[in-house]
Amino acid sequence: MIAQRIARVIAPLIVGVLALGAWEAVVRLNGIPVYILPAPSVVAVTLITDRAVLFPSLLVTLQITCMALAAAVTGGVLLAVLFAQSSWIERSFYPYAVILQVTPIVAISPLILIYVENPYLALLICAWIVAFFPILSNTTLGLSSADHNLVDLFRLYGATRWQALCYLRLPGSMPYFLGGLRIAGGLSLIGAVVAEFAAGTAGAGSGLAYRILESGYRLNIPRMFAALVLISLTGIAIYLVLSLVQHLILRRWHESAIKREG
Amino acid sequence: MSDAPPALVRLKGVRKAFANGTLALDGLDLAIGQHEFLSILGPSGCGKSTALRLISGLIQPNGGAINWPGGNLTNAVGEIGFVFQEPTLMPWASVSDNVRLPLKLKAVLRAEADRRVAEALAMVGLSGFDRAFPRELSGGMKMRVSIARALVTRPRLLLMDEPFAALDEITRLKLNNDLLELWRTQNWTVVFVTHSVFESVYLSQRVAVMAARPGRIVREIAVDAPYPRDEMFRTSEPYNRVCRDASAALHEAMAA
Repeated sequence: MIAQRIARVIAPLIVGVLALGAWEAVVRLNGIPVYILPAPSVVAVTLITDRAVLFPSLLVTLQITCMALAAAVTGGVLLAVLFAQSSWIERSFYPYAVILQVTPIVAISPLILIYVENPYLALLICAWIVAFFPILSNTTLGLSSADHNLVDLFRLYGATRWQALCYLRLPGSMPYFLGGLRIAGGLSLIGAVVAEFAAGTAGAGSGLAYRILESGYRLNIPRMFAALVLISLTGIAIYLVLSLVQHLILRRWHESAIKREG
Repeated sequence: MSDAPPALVRLKGVRKAFANGTLALDGLDLAIGQHEFLSILGPSGCGKSTALRLISGLIQPNGGAINWPGGNLTNAVGEIGFVFQEPTLMPWASVSDNVRLPLKLKAVLRAEADRRVAEALAMVGLSGFDRAFPRELSGGMKMRVSIARALVTRPRLLLMDEPFAALDEITRLKLNNDLLELWRTQNWTVVFVTHSVFESVYLSQRVAVMAARPGRIVREIAVDAPYPRDEMFRTSEPYNRVCRDASAALHEAMAA
């Protein structure tokens, strides 16, 4: 059992180490200059030497991502609860939520940057637009998936709408919501980065995407890679944290979180 | 019926059509006595469940009348308990929280609710399982939780919709005996829907046989054997005779 677990962690690690090793070897053997392709070791060194520039940027990106995710959770769940109250509300507003979702954020963000004066707020809005839809659509599905017999049981015992929402529909939609949350976590990071790119160097941003643009203009390729590594690590961290949250909440009762023998 | 005790609920010429045009019930007549154990026996799709849902007040008839001579139980929350074919438990809540649900919806005080939950769990033989989650229980135990939840409000009428149909034979026989024991010691009326001739005769004082399209009662068979009934009764001549009778009535109903 334990050997199997270790193997499961080690296998992808070996692939990663081999790929990085090959990259390092190709760069060194061919004498490729750093402004074309920096070796992984150079990127790692840059991460440390440029930390005074990169880590404040990481914090900015992380802050926008987290706030956008929080806003997406609040907005997505509230809208879903509103939709669950009446099929007319859902029918009237859902198409616009879809339109907001299918229009690429890079196409909307320049407009938002024009109309919203505060660049920080503009980035937040962009990231929110990208992130809220999976939460809205999943939670809406979850709220309407309550067991019909349980719905009858609540009616039989004279439950109010509010009681049915709190004790039946919301807990029942938890697995759906958490699935949406995991997607929204990654999307809010993507939204934050894309919006920052759209804002470009003209914006007052100082997040990781801004660092990538800035380093590009200065041909500081190692720093571009270093910033990219930080963005990836942030995404992985968000995914892992949200997976852990999902596991902790569902482990006692949902099929998805229960381990089976054999 | 003139010398019978006053009925708890009386259905007269009840008719129920659904929006899609299906005529589920038409001309359904049935009287259910106080403290009676009545089974409704019928083939699948004959409208047994619809009849039960009408009595519970979850749906309303399109015609006919449902009278409650001693007061309408559907007006007061908790006077009617309902047990579905599936256990219908909330998977995210522990056994005790599932059983507590009707009391929570009625805002019964915590200490009083705790006491009654423990009492209901003891009645179905599940003391000590209060903190387990539904998925950790067997099918029979889940059904016991479901029954405990229906008992926790101390209902006067217990409606059961093929509650043991999905269980294995051994578990079903055990639950049949436990249900009878509870019925004898508590003060309820039970309406038990089933498609099993043997189950209906074993359990009830009276079997109402239903026919389909449209659903209606075609025969009522009294089971005169005294309680307590046990395994001896299951193999006795009177039991077999009533079973043959009920079985014939069911076949007639299916041919009708």
